[in-house]
Amino acid sequence: MLKTSPFHPRTAALVRAQTWRRWAGYQMASSYDPLPDREYAAIRSAAALLDVSPLYKYRITGRDAMRLLDRMVTRDMTKLKVGQVYYTPWCDGAGKVIDDGTVSRLGETTYRLTSADSSLRWLHMNAAGMEVAIEDLSERLGALSLQGPLSRAILSRLSAADLSALKYFRLLETTVRDIPVGISRTGYTGDLGYEIWVDASRAVALWDALIDAGTPFGITPAGVWALDIARVEAGLIMMDVDYFSAHHALIEQRKSSPFEINLGWAVAPSKGPFNGRRALAAERARGPRWSFVGLEIEWDSFERLYRAHGLPPQISNVAWRSSVPVYLGGRQVGYATSGCWSPLLKKPLALAHVQAPHFGAGTPLEIEVTVEHHRERAHAVVRKLPFFDPERKKA
Amino acid sequence: MSARYDAIVVGGGHNGLVAAAYLARAGRKTLVLERRPVLGGAAVTEEVFPGFKFSVFSYVVSLLRPEIIRDLELPRHGLQILPLESTVTPLDNGDYLASWADPDETRRELCRHSPRDADAAVVFGRLMHHMAMAVKPILGMVPPDPASLSPSDLAGLLKLGRHFRSLGPERFHALHKLMTMSSADYLDEWFEFDPLKATKSASGIIGTFLGPRSPGSAYVLLHHYMGEIDGAFRAWGFHKGGTGAISEAIARAARAHGAETRTGAAVERVLVRNGRATGVALASGEEIGASIVVSGLDPRLTFTRLVDPKDLPEALVDGVRRYKFRGSSGKVNLALAGLPDFTCLPGAGPHLRGAVSISPSLEYLERAYDDAKYGEFSRHPYMDIVLPSMIDPEMAPPGKHVMSVFVQYAPYHLNGGWTPTRREAFGDAVVKTLARYAPNIESLILHRQVLTPDDIERITGLSEGNIFQGELALQQLFFLRPVPEWAKYRTPIHGYWQCGAGTHPGGGIMGASGRLAALQILRSAA
Ligand SMILES: Cc1cc2nc3c(=O)[nH]c(=O)nc-3n(C[C@H](O)[C@H](O)[C@H](O)COP(=O)(O)OP(=O)(O)OC[C@H]3O[C@@H](n4cnc5c(N)ncnc54)[C@H](O)[C@@H]3O)c2cc1C
Repeated sequence: MLKTSPFHPRTAALVRAQTWRRWAGYQMASSYDPLPDREYAAIRSAAALLDVSPLYKYRITGRDAMRLLDRMVTRDMTKLKVGQVYYTPWCDGAGKVIDDGTVSRLGETTYRLTSADSSLRWLHMNAAGMEVAIEDLSERLGALSLQGPLSRAILSRLSAADLSALKYFRLLETTVRDIPVGISRTGYTGDLGYEIWVDASRAVALWDALIDAGTPFGITPAGVWALDIARVEAGLIMMDVDYFSAHHALIEQRKSSPFEINLGWAVAPSKGPFNGRRALAAERARGPRWSFVGLEIEWDSFERLYRAHGLPPQISNVAWRSSVPVYLGGRQVGYATSGCWSPLLKKPLALAHVQAPHFGAGTPLEIEVTVEHHRERAHAVVRKLPFFDPERKKA
Repeated sequence: MSARYDAIVVGGGHNGLVAAAYLARAGRKTLVLERRPVLGGAAVTEEVFPGFKFSVFSYVVSLLRPEIIRDLELPRHGLQILPLESTVTPLDNGDYLASWADPDETRRELCRHSPRDADAAVVFGRLMHHMAMAVKPILGMVPPDPASLSPSDLAGLLKLGRHFRSLGPERFHALHKLMTMSSADYLDEWFEFDPLKATKSASGIIGTFLGPRSPGSAYVLLHHYMGEIDGAFRAWGFHKGGTGAISEAIARAARAHGAETRTGAAVERVLVRNGRATGVALASGEEIGASIVVSGLDPRLTFTRLVDPKDLPEALVDGVRRYKFRGSSGKVNLALAGLPDFTCLPGAGPHLRGAVSISPSLEYLERAYDDAKYGEFSRHPYMDIVLPSMIDPEMAPPGKHVMSVFVQYAPYHLNGGWTPTRREAFGDAVVKTLARYAPNIESLILHRQVLTPDDIERITGLSEGNIFQGELALQQLFFLRPVPEWAKYRTPIHGYWQCGAGTHPGGGIMGASGRLAALQILRSAA
């Protein structure tokens, strides 16, 4: 049996087409409706409520909590203020990414780490000789992501906290009705949004409160399919989809450095010792061999491939997650790992690994498209990520 | 007066804005002059009642050409289409007929009423898809004149001929039937469940003074099938912020290319010297020079109001005089304190996110038409109802709703003419009919805006209130739209052009007329 999230008693009743999936050992909804169109639309137009409880969550406390995290991740943890959140990757000694997630500073010496994969062993290995307590909260803490332009209006109705003062990547502790929660202005959609952290025992009550207050604002429970489209538009990578964790890769070539997956910005150029520092400094000096970029597939060439078979272009309501070759002048120079039709930008998009020096914005490439059992190539242009970056995200 | 602009577009309807955007994009110094305080024409969003925003006239999108979305990068300028997933038809026996987003759910629902129709719907859907593919190239083409021997016309006709031959006999015959039959007869060939035929045939009467049994209505049906949002034919959607936000997005794209837009600027007439347009005179007396003037207004205004018909050939003026408008649609916009409760589907279900169609039977529609035929509004009209605030909560205050009711028939030529009393009587008929299916509706109404064809004409300028700038009847389509020989956006006055929905390929929020006109203007100047 797969695990179920603390919100399962509410979400299970909503999954109309039994479209379940696995996520980190949990049984989670791909979508609630048979198709995700409306759930996606809620993310960009109203507010979507996503159960993100399968994230791994750890509480790290003690005198050396900051030292531990600073040693582990690539960003400079000495700069993280109380009430602030950093998104960051972390690497092995060779500078290859193990995972990515968020670090929240809840108090002077109290932190929360979220990750896609279980990180307990790695935390303990890095904590050798340090005075810290590491607590796995994964099953004890429920997490909801409330994303979309009206998310703030909904939360403001429920909490006395001044949410308009809560800046991007900041957090606060408050109550929603009488339920103690943590609210961080974070998410995986590239939109205005919040993540709400709650003790599992109060999870259902939190869900009910949000649905109740959110209904006049069009709150819409949304599953992973909707999220997947939003995160491609936002250019956000996903472990074991867009890159392999250094802990999972069977061969060296499968590993990536932060620079190779568009996370170079999250490698602090000057900070104390941390995992992978030397390798990353060398790579920074040398310049990365790969880059992770956006590809915008040119409609006319895409349509032409279908027209040749008498077909209109086939567009899926769901994002794809598979490896697709990318070419330049007949030679393979990379591969795309996720993509979707963007309902908002009205373009087919892809996220791709591209070899140096072909990853500059505007570079014309080609991407494989299978049309009517034939492997064809459509024109695609390299774009800087994110594809979509609304002002409200940070405003 | 000097030529201060390369081009002036008269009328800031969405077609005028599209034309302006393409002209500006090609480097022409372009000015759009709109009479009303808002841009958009029949595609406007207005806060009719404090806190309640309405797509006052047109309310759903599908036909907007994808090439325009791409060329003008409309998503960057605010285009955002939201899903409209279902249609529910309440039936007189208390049941309902629904079509949902999921094909299996729709199929199961149809099976409840007619297992045969459930099968037929799949094949019908495929054929309509092919029909939409068949007309698609026509939507992107300047209509060639079959009576002309010019090389470009012959080339166009040849292309068209080849295209039709490539369809194969089955599809060609289907297309021919759609062009000539009534929607009821056409649907009779496919389906047996009457409310299904009624609901499908409703697309064939929209904006037209025809009943479902009138020949020609099948084409109007097809016209509503050829939209292709996201590559999927026949998908209809809402626009975030209402249809006015589409006009705004196009206007923003136009301005990004350097076009200027002015509202509250009614054009009195187009200035013509020696058979050439030289600019426009505003109602305020101001004159603005331009070497090209493009009218986004309908053919009547374009040829008999903005210019002196004396400057035009008799055949053209005569053709325009006989061009049919005959507005037949009204609109009722309701601000609601809560959600309507439909007897057939009680409570706040997913059906309220889609359309509710009041089309319980073919006879119901035909009777609604009968009233109009004899100069009365339908006592029990056809209605296409949506609640945009369900999917776009910002259209109304939290928990409250806006309801848009598109109504047929309301004839422009009402016996005795439209008066405020008659308008309200029409509004009452709409609400009363609606209350038969959703009894709580009357108690929810906070504000009611009733628009008759007379109001539509007065507010938007659309002659006789015809929503398409002239009927989509075969005799005024393609190379005959608006009149033979003047279907290529040109007029007999040099430098004076037409770009509204009264030109090929016609009405709806499509933008195709504006685009094709602009491309034609640019081609002629090159
Ligand atoms: C009630 C109603 C419902 C509809 N519903 C839908 C729908 O749901 N979906 C859909 O796709 N289509 C719908 N339509 C049809 C669609 O809206 C129209 O066909 C389309 O918007 C026409 O656009 P246009 O730019 O060609 O002309 P218009 O929108 O008519 O634009 C003409 C503009 O010119 C301006 N003007 C007039 N005279 C002057 C002057 N002298 N000087 C300056 N400016 C002037 C007008 O104010 C107007 O802004 C509907 C129409 C109506 C009326």
